[in-house]
Amino acid sequence: MKESHRLHLKTYLFIFLIVIFAPLGNTLLGKGMKSVGQLEVFSPRALLETLIRIASSGYIWLGIASLLAFFVAYMLVLTWADYSYVQPASSFSYAVVAILSYWLLGEVVTPLRWLGILVICVGVLIVGRTHPRTTQESTHA
Amino acid sequence: MPESVLLFLIIVAGTGGELCVTRAMKTIGEVKDFQPVALLRFIARAIRVGWMWLGVALMTLAFFSLLAMLSIENVSFVVPVTALHYAAGTIGAVLFLKERITRERWVGVLVVCIGVTIVWLSRR
Repeated sequence: MKESHRLHLKTYLFIFLIVIFAPLGNTLLGKGMKSVGQLEVFSPRALLETLIRIASSGYIWLGIASLLAFFVAYMLVLTWADYSYVQPASSFSYAVVAILSYWLLGEVVTPLRWLGILVICVGVLIVGRTHPRTTQESTHA
Repeated sequence: MPESVLLFLIIVAGTGGELCVTRAMKTIGEVKDFQPVALLRFIARAIRVGWMWLGVALMTLAFFSLLAMLSIENVSFVVPVTALHYAAGTIGAVLFLKERITRERWVGVLVVCIGVTIVWLSRR
């Protein structure tokens, strides 16, 4: 029972990190890409110029840093929890991304969209009641 | 590039990449020691697994597709739309990772997908 409790606590902590860093990264990337403009990939010169604009955007680098933090937390949690548990549970990030896109980017989030986010959160709560691991623990050297 | 192609790349490459990374992580085993040296040893083990490299390549493709999509559409539209990979990921977990999905978890995933659909429909 104690081991199960420890596993749940550890899983919740890492899912919290995933839920914070992934939406923050996406929002920062969105802000950066809006300043860069639409991607031009039809000629090598245009593609190069676009890549240079992307690489010179501070928001893009902050977004990448945030997504890297998300990726590390994600990799670590997957060493003990099922992918099919972690992936849906991380959908709380939709609420966070809506809040961040409203605060940081000034996007309009309609009541219908908030309803959808609420339904997502209900789904996440259902998923969160299941045990993180449904497969046998791997034995490794 | 058409948005549908970008969306396809985000979902297929992103989900495929995550499944490959998961398979790599499962071969390494649970991380119990979070000391810096232990984490470095963990990274050294991870980069020796072939599935990790394939996963990172696919996730890189998905990332640049996401950047292209974000240059066209709002974040509050793009992120919910990319959640289509929830269904693909769960099916992939069953087929590719041999995970057993409980009925309760299937219901949760279904409710999440319904919510994502409502969010998608909220777009004008």
